[in-house]
Amino acid sequence: MSALPDPTGARGENVSGIDETRTVAVRAQNVYKVFGRKPKEAVRRLQAGESREQVASLGTAAVIDASFDVHQGEIFVVMGLSGSGKSTLIRMLNGLWDSTAGSVSVFGTEIVGISDAELREVRRTNVSMVFQHFALLPHRTVLDNAAYALEIQGVGAAERRERAQRIVERVGLKGWEDKLPGELSGGMQQRVGLARALAADTDILLMDEAFSALDPLIRREMQEQLIELQQELGKTIIFITHDLNEAMFLGDRIAVMRDGRIVQVGTPDDILTDPANDYVAQFVQDVDRARVLTASGVMEPVRSVVQVSAGPRGALRVMRDLQTSAVFVVGHGRKLVGVAFDRDVLQQVRSGENDLMKVVRNDPATVTADQHLSELFEYSADSSLPIAVVDDNARLIGVVPRVTLLAALANQPSNTSELPVVEPPVTVPVDLITQTLRDTGGPTDDELAASEGSK
Amino acid sequence: MEFRIPLGDWAEEAVAWITATLGGLFDVIRAIAAGIYDAVDVVLASPPFWVIIIIAVVLAFIARGWVFALGSAIGLLVIVGVDQWDNAMDTLALVLVASAIAILISIPLGILAARSDTASKIIKPILDFLQTMPAFVYLIPALILFRVGVVPGIVATIIFAMAPGVRLTELGIRGVDREVVEAGQAFGATPGRILRQIQLPLAMPSIMAGVNQVIMLSLSMVVIAGMVGAGGLGGEVVAALNRIDVGLGFEAGLSVVIIAIFLDRLSASLGGRKRRVRAASPSRASDDADSAADKAAASIVKTPH
Repeated sequence: MSALPDPTGARGENVSGIDETRTVAVRAQNVYKVFGRKPKEAVRRLQAGESREQVASLGTAAVIDASFDVHQGEIFVVMGLSGSGKSTLIRMLNGLWDSTAGSVSVFGTEIVGISDAELREVRRTNVSMVFQHFALLPHRTVLDNAAYALEIQGVGAAERRERAQRIVERVGLKGWEDKLPGELSGGMQQRVGLARALAADTDILLMDEAFSALDPLIRREMQEQLIELQQELGKTIIFITHDLNEAMFLGDRIAVMRDGRIVQVGTPDDILTDPANDYVAQFVQDVDRARVLTASGVMEPVRSVVQVSAGPRGALRVMRDLQTSAVFVVGHGRKLVGVAFDRDVLQQVRSGENDLMKVVRNDPATVTADQHLSELFEYSADSSLPIAVVDDNARLIGVVPRVTLLAALANQPSNTSELPVVEPPVTVPVDLITQTLRDTGGPTDDELAASEGSK
Repeated sequence: MEFRIPLGDWAEEAVAWITATLGGLFDVIRAIAAGIYDAVDVVLASPPFWVIIIIAVVLAFIARGWVFALGSAIGLLVIVGVDQWDNAMDTLALVLVASAIAILISIPLGILAARSDTASKIIKPILDFLQTMPAFVYLIPALILFRVGVVPGIVATIIFAMAPGVRLTELGIRGVDREVVEAGQAFGATPGRILRQIQLPLAMPSIMAGVNQVIMLSLSMVVIAGMVGAGGLGGEVVAALNRIDVGLGFEAGLSVVIIAIFLDRLSASLGGRKRRVRAASPSRASDDADSAADKAAASIVKTPH
């Protein structure tokens, strides 16, 4: 798959960090959809470089030259305002609407131009869909709605009820199986819609503004549940939304659409920090950055860090050179052990103590790389120390000082300035530290200190 | 004054040609229609009146409750009291046969019109023509093709009453929430399955409103059917008209009204029961379909003659 030429003209695809060797679940190549009297002619002129307005007399170009790959197991969000063509686009991915030109393939099977029967087979086995207004059958119970896809697949009555029951329980509707959709709230109806799509047991889930009709609290809950389900079931989800915060929250990658064209494809971080054009930039300026940016996206390299083996003297020197009052202490393999403060270390050096571990406090705030900034505020408020970012093996990979956190929210670059951000500020005068090191150290230390001081 | 389109001559020639070439076919149709009518008429007219009244009252009770049951009993007894029972049963048989055939034709036509824009474009003007052409005009070729009797009455009634059945079926199916139909498609359902499991059930209130209208329009044709010898209450009204007999005219006319109200309430409640089940669903589709159906019904109902 990776040997194929990259079909995306949109920028950001190659810096998205997606492993290109992953299976491509859905691939769209130069897809057009024009409604109107002369769609083919309109496409020809669009391809020749004419604008959407110029071909308006021939028809309405809903989707223009859309190309992207959706990888198996990712949540791919298509975001745009109403009229941007996103609903049209998603309907071409399962053939509900024919594309006027271009190619759409699902797990390598071309679905443009295949027979209705073949198309139905693709829908039964590969692609299911969740709708904005739920699209439940109002005359059927919750359970029968959830089992609908299985019924079409030809699964026997007993088995499909059992499978639907499991999914209905999984989405939190136990006890509501025999109700009609009209007796449920909007959020619950959409859970039925989700259950119906999940029960179909297809790899790909198309979600057309699935949460847009729900009130904000329910919507948040559904978003979180969707992520949970996706991690559990490993579905490939293509999610349409006009809500940027939703896109940023859900999307592994986001395609931003405007006037029928995809203007950028990238990770939420890409879109936020490196918008392709003014339109995207303007679009993202109101986004709740704290819910989108992750610790790894804003973290800075760790400067104030020493090995346990460097001892109190090493720690003190690092703090003096960086003019800070605290230092992260790491053990073997850069594993974070804790943090040491200048006063404690100074005391140790004075008293000739050699084991840095004795003064290490092992309670610095740590977060993982993929935690959102919104989760960092609490730590940042608690302690003046930078927040330590660790990987799965507890290795220290970066820090988020307060300044960086604030700068990220304000959309100001903090790590491009000349001066490195060092927190917390020094509390013991540098001269005193140098003096102490000189007084207590052997000749080697003096020489080191002298050479560093002369730099 | 020289220029004249000989449209009337053409129509005459067309009917003459049809009579000459397809006369045998129409004899067969006549025999079948007459046979069905006779069978229904025997069922309705041969039992004593109280058997039929009891059945009607039970139906009324099941459909709408005891108020309607009581009203039906009183109304039907009035018909017996003015000595129009046998005529009323003849009329009822004609209405039921004509409505049943009209519904059997109009619902599939409505489905076809809903599924194909081309079919819709062809069917619509034909329906307009059939519905607005004065009903007496159908009687002329119907008389030629089927001769005097109950059959030309049935045929004219079918043609006249069919239109709302087609229209409301088409409207109901087209009014089904697009997303719900898409859901069927998105999960790989065949068009036939979508029709059976989604479109027809969701369009049912509208279709039932169409059925109700077909029955009511059939009843409105009984007098005209009476003019071509279909007998029944229509025949009585025609006779009263010829003799300027106010009393007979009023008694026969009142009987028509009583049967009309009975059939209207009964058939409306068939659709209404379904509607109550679906009333639980606030889905946009059903609301739209319901109100659209109601509006359409209001505009289509016209009381001819």
